Amino acid sequence: MDLIFEGLKQAIILILSGDPLVVEATLRSLQTSGTAVIISIILGVPLGFLLALTRFPGRNLMVSLVNAGMGLPPVVVGLFVAIFLWRSGALGFLGLMYSIPAIIIAQVIIALPLVTGVIISAIQQLNPKIRLQALALGATKAQMLITLIKEARITALVAVIAGFGAIISEVGAVMMVGGNISGQTRVLTTAIVEQVGRGDFSRAIALSLILLTITFAATYALTHYQQRGTALWAQRTSK
Amino acid sequence: MGAAYLQIADLLQRYGDKVVSDIDELVIERGEVLAVIGPNGAGKSTLLKLIAQLEKPVSGTFSFNGGVRDELDIRRRLAMVFQEPLLFSTTVFDNIAYGLKVRKVAKVEIASRVRGVAGMLGVSHLLGRDAGNLSGGEAQRVSLARALVLKPELLLLDEPMASLDPPTKKALIEDLQEVLDRLDVTVVYVTHQRTEAIMIADRIAVMDEGRIVQVGAAQEVMNCPVNEMVADLVGVENILKGRVTGARDGGTVVEVEGKEIEVAGGESLSGKVWLFVRPENVSIVADDGAEHQAGMRNRFEGEITKLYDMGPFSRAVVECGFVLVALVTKRSANEMGLRVGVRVWASFDSTGAHVVSRE
Repeated sequence: MDLIFEGLKQAIILILSGDPLVVEATLRSLQTSGTAVIISIILGVPLGFLLALTRFPGRNLMVSLVNAGMGLPPVVVGLFVAIFLWRSGALGFLGLMYSIPAIIIAQVIIALPLVTGVIISAIQQLNPKIRLQALALGATKAQMLITLIKEARITALVAVIAGFGAIISEVGAVMMVGGNISGQTRVLTTAIVEQVGRGDFSRAIALSLILLTITFAATYALTHYQQRGTALWAQRTSK
Repeated sequence: MGAAYLQIADLLQRYGDKVVSDIDELVIERGEVLAVIGPNGAGKSTLLKLIAQLEKPVSGTFSFNGGVRDELDIRRRLAMVFQEPLLFSTTVFDNIAYGLKVRKVAKVEIASRVRGVAGMLGVSHLLGRDAGNLSGGEAQRVSLARALVLKPELLLLDEPMASLDPPTKKALIEDLQEVLDRLDVTVVYVTHQRTEAIMIADRIAVMDEGRIVQVGAAQEVMNCPVNEMVADLVGVENILKGRVTGARDGGTVVEVEGKEIEVAGGESLSGKVWLFVRPENVSIVADDGAEHQAGMRNRFEGEITKLYDMGPFSRAVVECGFVLVALVTKRSANEMGLRVGVRVWASFDSTGAHVVSRE
């Protein structure tokens, strides 16, 4: 118990004093996971719409791949990204192994199916006639799609936060393709593993506290918006 | 009224192998209210979606004001209200303002138009409310306001009253009638309810299996249906099989179950025919009634086999060699002592019957 209390005390001192390792790992984590989530939204929202609203040959296969991707073990993603980016791999010529872009690629592969899958489900849960109603009031196709996003905004936000939470706390893939290089690719999760290996529990606890705070903030935001939706639902059904 | 606003020609739509719309020609006149009635699956809602460019037909042309226009231009000339209110998850104000916002109308004008139409439909007090927090009647009023605020040239209404309770429906129909009278708008109104159609429409189109089987002035369709299906749909309860036996006084003589019935018109018909008589055109008297019914050509003695209480009316089923249904006021029924087993004279005038070919 002493180890934990002492570790917590030291951790708070490290955070408040702006320990370089703690600050670096935190900023790097926010940078990689933030970028990966934005890319996942840019790719996942249109893909989700395409799969939710249209029918084309191969659509069912794509939806199955998205669903399978939602349960993909991150360490396996890391392994395949590493194989592709390895010097002798298919994309080895890009020289991305052990770099921030490599981490972001792995994180996008983990988050993209999650974002796409939740968007598909959010759009399909809407009354299909909402789309027709928007068009029948003079919306262009783009305006109609924006209306659908607004209608599905609570679930869509859940997708974003869930994707962010999944990748910021991921360690296996990030370690494999990023390598936890000090000053370059060290993020919160890989730094925790490293500090525990060194026996520096104070730093490990400090990093964990920050990671916990970020993931809790994400979970809190998610719950807040979900409950807002539920409250609205309760209000509607009580009429 | 008079000039064509929308001309539909050679319209064909299929869902898989099933033909859901097959219309050679339909002209909707400027400023008219055209009610479209028909059984379930007749293609009424599909027709509206095709007009609104929400579905692409297999073939067909839509000519608005004599010109063929692109899809967005057509959609921005019309507005459609569905059976469900389909309100967006935002305030009532933003819902009504939706179509104006997508047209990028100035904010000041949006505010004034939204308030104006909200006043006409009695939803001004709801403007700040969340649209999800409305009763069914309120939500449908908002949905109508959202369409009318656009001042559409063509308003498409797809059974907008179907999910409302009778008092709410009655109030909304009355308000809608008043609003439509004030606005210069052409309306296509799909409904299951013939009473709604009669109340609101200038003309009625009857659809069956994707086709328009009859279109005409509301009273014409009600009184002179072109076939058995239309007759049944518009509430003609006496649909009798007969045979033309001759002509008399400019009318036609039809034999039904061995009895002669005189019908005005139908001179060109011969052979097997359908004879249609609306129940409200059939009179009943308990005694001989010879004096009262002297002018009536078609008088048949029979017995009441069933009598239904329908609020202010009684519906009497009379067996007089064939079955005749009559609608009489409750007061008359009581005064005449009508009840099952009572012998009566049932009669209708030759102009109260309509005859069409059954060949």
